[in-house]
Parts: sequence; structure tokens; C-alpha cells
Amino acid sequence: MKRVLACLLALGVIGSAGADTVLIRNATVHTMTAAGTIEGDILISDGRVAAIGRGLQAPAEAQVIDAGGLPVTPGLFGGLTHLGLEEIGLEPSVDDYALKLGAMRPEFDVALAFDPASVAIAVSRGGGITFAVLSPSTEEGGGGQQSGTIIAGQGSVVGLNGEPTTYSRALFLDFGGDTSSLAGGSRAAQFMLLQQAFTEVRSPKLLLPDDQRLLTPAGRQVLKDFIGGAGVFVFNVDRASDILQVLAFAQREKLRIVISGGAEAWRVSSQLAAAKVPVIINALEDLPGSFDAVGATLENAARLHRAGVRVAFTLDEPQPHNIRKLRQTAGVAVANGLPWEAGLAALTRVPAEIFGVADRFGTIERGRLADLVLWSGDPLDVTSLPDRVFIGGKLQSDRSRQTELRDRYLERVRNGTAR
Amino acid sequence: MANTRSVGSVLLGMVVAAGCAATPTPQPQATHAANVVPVASPYPSTYQPKQVPPTLIRGATVLTGTGERLDAADVLIVAGRIKAVGRNLQAPADAQIVDGHDRWVTPGLIDVHSHLGVYPSPQVRGNSDGNEASNPVTANVWAEHSIWPQDPGFTTARIGGITAMQILPGSANLIGGRSVVLKNVPSVTYQGMKFPGAPQGLKMACGENPKRVYGSDKKFPETRMGNVAGYRAQWIEAQEYVRDQDEYQRKIAAGEKDAKPVKRDLRLDTLAAALRGEILVHQHCYRADEMATVIDMSKEFGYHVAAFHHASEAYKIANLLAENHVCAAMWADWWGFKMESYDGIPENIALVDAAPGGCAIVHSDSEEGIQRLNQEAGKAMTAGRRAGLAISPEHAITWLTANPAKALGILDQTGTLEPGKMADVVVWNRDPFSVYALTDLVFIDGVVQYDRAHPAPPVSDFLLGQPAAAGVGP
Repeated sequence: MKRVLACLLALGVIGSAGADTVLIRNATVHTMTAAGTIEGDILISDGRVAAIGRGLQAPAEAQVIDAGGLPVTPGLFGGLTHLGLEEIGLEPSVDDYALKLGAMRPEFDVALAFDPASVAIAVSRGGGITFAVLSPSTEEGGGGQQSGTIIAGQGSVVGLNGEPTTYSRALFLDFGGDTSSLAGGSRAAQFMLLQQAFTEVRSPKLLLPDDQRLLTPAGRQVLKDFIGGAGVFVFNVDRASDILQVLAFAQREKLRIVISGGAEAWRVSSQLAAAKVPVIINALEDLPGSFDAVGATLENAARLHRAGVRVAFTLDEPQPHNIRKLRQTAGVAVANGLPWEAGLAALTRVPAEIFGVADRFGTIERGRLADLVLWSGDPLDVTSLPDRVFIGGKLQSDRSRQTELRDRYLERVRNGTAR
Repeated sequence: MANTRSVGSVLLGMVVAAGCAATPTPQPQATHAANVVPVASPYPSTYQPKQVPPTLIRGATVLTGTGERLDAADVLIVAGRIKAVGRNLQAPADAQIVDGHDRWVTPGLIDVHSHLGVYPSPQVRGNSDGNEASNPVTANVWAEHSIWPQDPGFTTARIGGITAMQILPGSANLIGGRSVVLKNVPSVTYQGMKFPGAPQGLKMACGENPKRVYGSDKKFPETRMGNVAGYRAQWIEAQEYVRDQDEYQRKIAAGEKDAKPVKRDLRLDTLAAALRGEILVHQHCYRADEMATVIDMSKEFGYHVAAFHHASEAYKIANLLAENHVCAAMWADWWGFKMESYDGIPENIALVDAAPGGCAIVHSDSEEGIQRLNQEAGKAMTAGRRAGLAISPEHAITWLTANPAKALGILDQTGTLEPGKMADVVVWNRDPFSVYALTDLVFIDGVVQYDRAHPAPPVSDFLLGQPAAAGVGP
């Protein structure tokens, strides 16, 4: 704590946190735009990036931070996650990410359950994450509950500034062997059921009697909106042959889709590239965790990138607590052949583009809201940490429940009284 | 993660238990019966390292595992053992020379908490063998009898620099059974991997898992006080068993004619061995208060806890653990996946380490994490430094080498690069605490078991002939 205070004092930040005008000098600015990487300064004013360049003049009221050549990146992406939807795992009273009604309900929208006060948000922000995609999950039933279905529901992009605002929408579907039990025991039935749902939307005259329909009127409306472009369809699927079936379905129905999971995506990278379908992968997946992932390899990201497929990253599980680990997975992908810039893009610009929020997140650009992170070193390395996190131009507090716990017990360990 | 696994495996465990009652085929044995005598150490290790020429690694940055860092130093391996570490060592005539320039050398990494082989990849029902969740006390089971040596996870762990590891039963039970320490070498049988002479461990579990697995069915235990009552009842029985066995031995020694052997019991064999210190106790435990309870219980019954595993709140009692010579095996940053892990912090490892005499261990409990224990340590070191603790790489490496070796009772054999020890050695392409670090060479007993420059075909039979695994990309 004392060390942190000293640093803040030295940098003249204390007493002016949240000041409107900040000049970060001598930074290596990874803009993630066509402007590339700029050795220079960033001026933040009124919450926005006012200027990027060399030798910028500090306005009289500006706080000045000398970055000493260290990297500045856009705020990072936290992946597809239960952030604010799962305060603690295995505790149903604070787990709101899965619908288990036994019925297909695309109208289920987890944004309504989002808690911007979840302690995981400050923890993740301290790890340099400024935006994430709230993502519902499918689960099997048990304990008297029904199961979910292959349509998990809707999610949204959220910022990590503690506000409840959500941006854009996405519809999440779970396909493949892991969830064949949610479709009568066969992955073939996943396509059959989805086709039936689409038919209910596209051909209302062919609607079956009420008790044989898959969707409610509200569900039909939501699915119709998404078919009409209201948001992206996120298909969670790993096996190469399943990915090809999903691509064929999407082409037939003219859908905008993204593949998540994608353990074997590299095997069908040319088809993905041709269809311009991006993939959100767990870059650490290199074991055949299931028969759907026999082709898993640490080179998945590198091979997809080489084939021209846009790649973003997410963790293996949507559990929200440790999403700060995502940049480590990017580093591992880089160690296994992915160009460094593509690794950073997979944590910034690419996911923002995939979810239609590239005008708000993922780049550092003049005129845009200033979500950026000043790092102690290479942002993809495990030996670096964020030194400063700005969201909407405001310096974020580096405090979280974890720093409170740390400081309480650090003192006791130093005194020899931790017992 | 551990919690999701144990939930799933409990259900699977039931299925397996029900399906396994097939009648055993009678084996012809009469002809050899006369020669059969009980084996004192059954299921023994058959591991014997290949004899290879000496190796001299020249001019590397060497982290010895004893807290030292040597720059531009050499490591000499002869007959599977560390012969010398220092500057300008002479190479024997037949030595293989490894250029260590710009490379780092560390002892082989050791993971004290793995379920490779017992929860292998692929995670199918047919191979889910980690939790005998049919009774809260299964001290009679041995993890080694569940190990599938074809688990591809052994290979990926080896590529990550893991040369030895403890394979444990899961944490569904209060007392889960015996663990085994393996050398991470390819083998058709687990006996071919068994670390020669390493003691077995006893897996015990605190907290939510046993409560959830049994309590949710209204079976014992469904509370933490039930957990503790459950362990204590077992230790009481084990103490009686030890007493009866000792009494029998006394009578035999004294030539007393009425000496009657104690009826053998697999469960009590294990617990008695733990009380005698022949088997090392490893307890899954997250909360500080529960760890303190277990330390008191170990004093009540006169045994020692080698390490608490997961130990999300170890930092709260760092001094207590150090004073009682109990190690804590931890993750760098996992937390919140259940209530008892809500207080986990990234400085946990560094704080346990900071207590005088503290024994901090980086563990994985994960087929992913075991591939990059070095990165976990890098994160823990970085978090500790930001909190103001001075942690050098030569010190941090002990968290994944010497300290786990100590907790497993094999520090006299491996865990450091001291002369005479097994030559379990990793050559890294750079500072091993970086996310970009890759292993160039992994030696186990002086034998190269991974060489990045010469990739081998899949080690696991499972991956042979799998078109998807062919690795041919665009």
C-alpha cells in the first residue's frame, strides 16, 4: 500500500484522480488501428482521446504521466463470461447465467441479471480488462430442475466501469457432443431442432399446435430480430465436422455468426476464412478433452490467423473470476506462432468488431472514449501488470476486494502474526 | 477446475461402481501357489532409466533450486545423476554437449497435485476414475490402480518441464485414498513410471466437496463439523490398529505363543502407515480456519500434515503454517469458483513464502495448469513484487522444484541441481518465468525425454491414427 501511495504521489496523480485532462508522455501506444504503434504521447480530455502524437503540449490543467516508454494498449477484452452473473460458483442464489426450464427460450437475456457491483469486476479491471461479453450457458438439469436447451439465450457487451450499461446483443447456441443430451441425445437433433425453430419464425402459417411448438411468441420475435441482423449468433462448437455443418446452416439461413470454442477450427480454416466467420478460441486448449477436440493444438490461433480467419480469445470456462488470465492465453498463442500484434488484436479490436462495438471498445483513436491501460511491461507477459487503467478517460481505482485482503494480511505476515 | 470435476465424477463414479461388478475370471494359479509369498511393497516400480552418455550443458543461466543463480555456468550429468554445477567444467570424452548460451537451466518441475491418468483426456465416462465417491472414507483405494498411462496429458506436461508429479485421488471423500508419485516418463504401465522409493501420500479433503457429495443426499457428512468427526473416528480406529499390530510384534519378538496376527484391513493399513509417517498426508483445504483445525487434529493423533492443497486462505495463517512445518500448495490466481475459494488472492503464494520458514508450492490440479507451472510462478512472483516483497527468480523456482520435492519426501533424490541427485533437468529457451518461455530439452534421470528441435510422434497410443490429431495445418 505504501509503495503504491508513493508511486501515485511521485506521479502527481493523487488529489486529481478522475481529472478530466491527462497527458501520458513517452508511451509505446498500440492503437490497434491503421495507425499502428506510435512512440509518443496521448492526451485525454473530456473522457476522450484528444490527441496522439509526439511532443504534445500539456494543457495547463493536465495531469502528466511519464510512461517511460512503457506500452499503452486499449482496455482488454475479458472473453465470453459470467461476469456479474456468477458471484460465486456452485451457489445457485448468485448464479444467474443458465436457464433450466426445459424449453427453448431465446428471449432469455442475462443482461437483466448483470450486477455491476460484483467484486469480480474491480478484480478484473485491475488486470487491465475494460469490456467483456456477458454470456449465458446451457446446463443440464438435476435436483428437480429441467435442462437447458441448445439455445442458451442472449448476452451483451458490458464495460467494466461499474455501470450497468450494456452494448449490442448476441444469441448463444451450444452444439456438439457436450450438449447432445440437450437435444434428445444426438448432435444431429441439434440441427433438426434449430431448423424447426427457424421454420416457426420464417413460416408462421406452418405453425404446429401450441403444445408442439418450440418457441413462445416472444421467442419467435427475438429469433426473428436476430435473423434480421439484431446481433450475432455465437455457436459454441469444437469438432471440425460440426463447424462445417454450422457454416452450411448459417449460409443457408444467411446469418451473421461467430464460432466459439473451435478446438478443431484450424482444420476447417479455409472454409471459415471463405465464409468470413471469426473464431473465439481458448488458446490453451491442446488436449483431446473430448472426442470433439481430438485435433486440439496450441497452434490453433496461429494456423487460423495464417489462413486469414479473425481470431479472438476466451477462457475454457465462462467462470468470471479469473478472466484477467486471458492475456496469458494470448501470450501462449504468441509463443506458439501467432504474431504478437494479432495476439493483442485478439484481446482488443477483433472481439469489439465481432460484437459490433468497435466504435466504443478495442482501439485507441482520436475522438473515441479513452479506455486504455498503461502497462509495467509487455502486456501479454505474465510478469507485467497494469500500472494505470482508464475507462471513459477516468483513471480507475486500483482497489478491489482482493487488494483489501492483501493489505490486511500483508501487514500480519510482516509482523509475524498471521496465525 | 477441481470443483466441477468432482461434481461430474461423483455421478460417473456411481455409474462405474454399478457397472463393475462383473464376475472375475478364475485364474489358474495352483501350479505356482507354492512359490507365492506376500510382497512387502506390492505393485513395485519397474522404472529403470536408460543408460546414456554424459551430458554437459555449457554457459547457461542456472537456477539450482537451492536458492542460487549461476550465470554462464555449466551443468554436468553423468550416469543419470548431477555430477557437478559450476564454471568451466570439463566434459568427459563421450559427453554430449548442449549449448546453454541464452538459455536457462532449472531442476525438473514437480507438481504435487495432479489427476493425470485418473481423470485423463478425453474426459469420457469410461476413463473417469479419480473419485471413489461411494463412501466418504476410502483409505483403502490407491490412485495408481486408476492410472491410464496413455493419458496424452502426461506428454503435454512433460513438454512443460514436469519431470515428477503426485497423482492423487479426487476430493469427494474425507479420506480419498493413497496417492502415488510418478516420474513423467512414457510407459505402458504405471509401475514403469513409479518414482523409485518415493513414499505414497494420503489424500484427505476439507470443506465443501465431501459436504456436497454426501450431504446433498442426506448422507454423512453434511456439515464441516461432520467432516471433522468423520476424520477423527477414522484416526481412533487407526490408532487401535497400530496398537494391536505393535502388540503382536512385541509378542512375536518375546516368543509368546498366543501371538495372533491382526486381521488385515486395507483401509486401516493406509491410515496406520500415515500415523507412522510412512505415508505423507496431503489435505485439500481452502479456508484458514479449517487448516488450523486440521493442524490441531494432527497433534491430537500424532501425525504430520505434509501440505495443504489449494489453500486459498493460506496467506491468512502463513506464520502458523510455517511454525508447524506445513507446506501450502496453491494456484497463482484462481478464486471464487466456490464459496471456500472466495478469499483467494494473487499474493497468496508470495505471502506464504514471506513468513519465516514458509514452504510455498505452486501446484496445478489441472491438465492445463501443469503444462505451465513456470508461468503460474511468474504471476505469483509478479504479484508479490507489486506488494513490495523482494522475490528473485532463483528463489521463486523453489516453489516448483525443491519445495514440492520436500512435501513429497523426495528432496534427497530430486528437486535441486545438487551433485548426486537424479538428473531431472530442464533447459529453457529463455527466462522460464516469461509467458514466451519454452522448454528446449527435458531430462529425466539424465535421459532426454523431450527435445523441441526433434519432435517425436505422439507418445500416447490414444492419439495414434486419429486423423484429427495429425497436426497438418494450412
